[in-house]
Amino acid sequence: MIYLDYSSTTPPRKEVLDSFVESSERFIGNANSLHKLGLDARKLMEKAEEQVASLFSVLPSEIIFTSSASEANNMALKGIAQFYQTRGKHIVTTKLEHSSILETCTFLESQGFIIDYVPVDSFGQVHLEELEKVLRKDTILVSIHQVNSEVGIIQDVSKIGSFLKKNYPKVFFHVDGTQSVGKMPVCLDNIDLFTCSAHKFYGLKGIACLIKKKNVNLVPLIHGGKSQTDFRSGTPAVSLMVSFAKALRLALEDFEEKYQDVKEKNLYLRKELEKIPEVVINSPRDALPHILNLSIPKIKSETMLHALEQEEIYISTKTACSRDSSLSLSLDAMGRAKEISSTSIRISLSYLTTKEELENFLKILKTKIKELNFQK
Amino acid sequence: MERVILIKYGELTTKKGNRKFFIQTLYQNIQKKLKNLDVHITKDISRMYVTFQEKDLEIILKKIQEVFGIHTFQVARKVPTDIKTIQEACLEVMKEEDFHTFKVETKRSDKSFPTPSLEFSRQIGGIILKNIENIQVDVHTPDVLLQIEILKGYTYIYTNKQYGLGGYPVGCQEKALLMLSGGIDSPVAGYLALKRGVPIDCVYFEAIPHTSLNAREKVISLTKKLAKYKDKINLHIISFTKIQEEIYKNCDSDYTITIMRRMMYRIMEKLSLKYKALAIVNGESIGQVASQTLHSMSVINQVTNMPVIRPVACLDKLEIIDLSKKIDTYDISILPYEDCCTVFVPKHPVIHPTLKKCLENEEKFDFSKLIDEAVETHQTIVVEEEMEDFSNDLF
Repeated sequence: MIYLDYSSTTPPRKEVLDSFVESSERFIGNANSLHKLGLDARKLMEKAEEQVASLFSVLPSEIIFTSSASEANNMALKGIAQFYQTRGKHIVTTKLEHSSILETCTFLESQGFIIDYVPVDSFGQVHLEELEKVLRKDTILVSIHQVNSEVGIIQDVSKIGSFLKKNYPKVFFHVDGTQSVGKMPVCLDNIDLFTCSAHKFYGLKGIACLIKKKNVNLVPLIHGGKSQTDFRSGTPAVSLMVSFAKALRLALEDFEEKYQDVKEKNLYLRKELEKIPEVVINSPRDALPHILNLSIPKIKSETMLHALEQEEIYISTKTACSRDSSLSLSLDAMGRAKEISSTSIRISLSYLTTKEELENFLKILKTKIKELNFQK
Repeated sequence: MERVILIKYGELTTKKGNRKFFIQTLYQNIQKKLKNLDVHITKDISRMYVTFQEKDLEIILKKIQEVFGIHTFQVARKVPTDIKTIQEACLEVMKEEDFHTFKVETKRSDKSFPTPSLEFSRQIGGIILKNIENIQVDVHTPDVLLQIEILKGYTYIYTNKQYGLGGYPVGCQEKALLMLSGGIDSPVAGYLALKRGVPIDCVYFEAIPHTSLNAREKVISLTKKLAKYKDKINLHIISFTKIQEEIYKNCDSDYTITIMRRMMYRIMEKLSLKYKALAIVNGESIGQVASQTLHSMSVINQVTNMPVIRPVACLDKLEIIDLSKKIDTYDISILPYEDCCTVFVPKHPVIHPTLKKCLENEEKFDFSKLIDEAVETHQTIVVEEEMEDFSNDLF
């Protein structure tokens, strides 16, 4: 098997899984209970909060654990929209966002909010001049990802954040960092809300978090009384939170080395792919090296996916979450022709990826292109 | 180029006869504070020198900011006393700074150094002006003050001076016991006592099941915050349940708090004897609550001859809150768990209690036995800033 779909999800590290199992067994109490077992669980949860907070240089009270990045994104957008709707009903985002942002925006639109999408250039970059053009007096929120999940485009969220803080101090800035945490440096200065998810950095599925700075308010998605925070009710998933904290710590260890390693693999793959005449590489050179998006015009994305799957090679077409639709919205937003945006596949790499896996992948890809390239 | 941290002493340099003892105490405290780091500390009569690994610098500076008895500290370059080397080092230091105006100050304790201080400052200033663009000298309010200290053999060069916490090194006074309730005031009182060099033990009165383990955890968390300033802190936990119940059953309801405080002081005195403490410290602030009017304080205080230090007695609540935020205890203190002082609050506590009525109330039950029992059965937890935790392996 060759797994090249690490941006969809990563395998959990053994240590993370061990922490989950052990804390589940050792801390059976409900962190909301008043007795000793509850208290022990609560203390454990607070330690998880503290560790995550210190790794992000924020306050423990600014961490809201959620079940997924999608929930965190929903919470940020709907929560801000509801809380601040008297201030304004205008929200700004981009077409390159994950579906949990885009579809939430569509929903908010149906509730009377107005959504504007900042156009991006052909490299997928958001420019401040373009952003400024869509900002209005009643804009309450700007939501822009740090790394695009399909093509790997990196937005300079620090620059956007400081621009907003300086010129539009009342506008909140949400950043979806689901694809960036553990892969590139993250700095939360000038960012009001930030989403990330453990299963993207070798943690477990089912635990993510929204970082919400203390000056920001929001209406919860889930009501129901005391829990980990006032902003999300439900029995705290303490063991998952512990596993999150551990996964994050491990992800940030030897960060530079792992990044360099993936970068080298990306360069190798790029170089080899460029030699295949049928292949068009969509990821810009300065994209996150973990993601390499390419199109093979004439071969539909899904056909290629299944063809590779037959050889136990796993890649994805777009993001795993996007609804069935033949176009890549990201590539479409970047102005790519339909023959490119309907034939794109995403290869995502890890420090676990070996050179040998890439060689085999390339060999099989070439064969498959030959086999399938009969369509007109 | 080698860098060292220079630490200058606070008020202790004025304490002639005791200076050596003070410095030795500070030296030990800094050593304890930096115990897990690869550092080497040397001291002389006017300051300490910490050599360190570059990677640890940030954490060391943070820790130094948590030690009482330090006036200022700075990261300095240490170079051999040689004109050429000093000039180069000064230029290198200034090239790293971001500034428009600067001033150079030279201190020359090595009088064999050929150039007089003022003259040398001028020379260095000239070199800097020549080599860095768009800057000028401002001797009154410079952005950057470059200081050069020329000693025999070595010269120290530094720009950024940071202020330490001041106060006296913890341990250069005798021990005192702090009444730590879990509220906002008592941790601040403890901090201020530590600041004057008083090593404290904390005493917590609990009344399980009327108070919860949550409340105890809260007090442990507060003690951890204080343990930043004193390596390890003993936290004595007094089971106060029986006494409190007896007071509630037997005494006039408006006097319950007054009597309760008198009982606490009696226990504090006995504990002080046991632990050789010379004073009681608490977070009472004049007039804040019924038991803290001068009337109340006077009547309550009559059960002991020990000095009762009330560091926040004359601070406004907002001033206390500011301090509690500064020492990071505020967020813990406001956690809403019942403590001894809040479980049995009468509707109208007396604000002008009399000694006569106190004595009448106290005759209604045999408290001395209960007090002895409370002292005998107390538990002690040793609290450290970073405690080995039962769950560390999971993270």
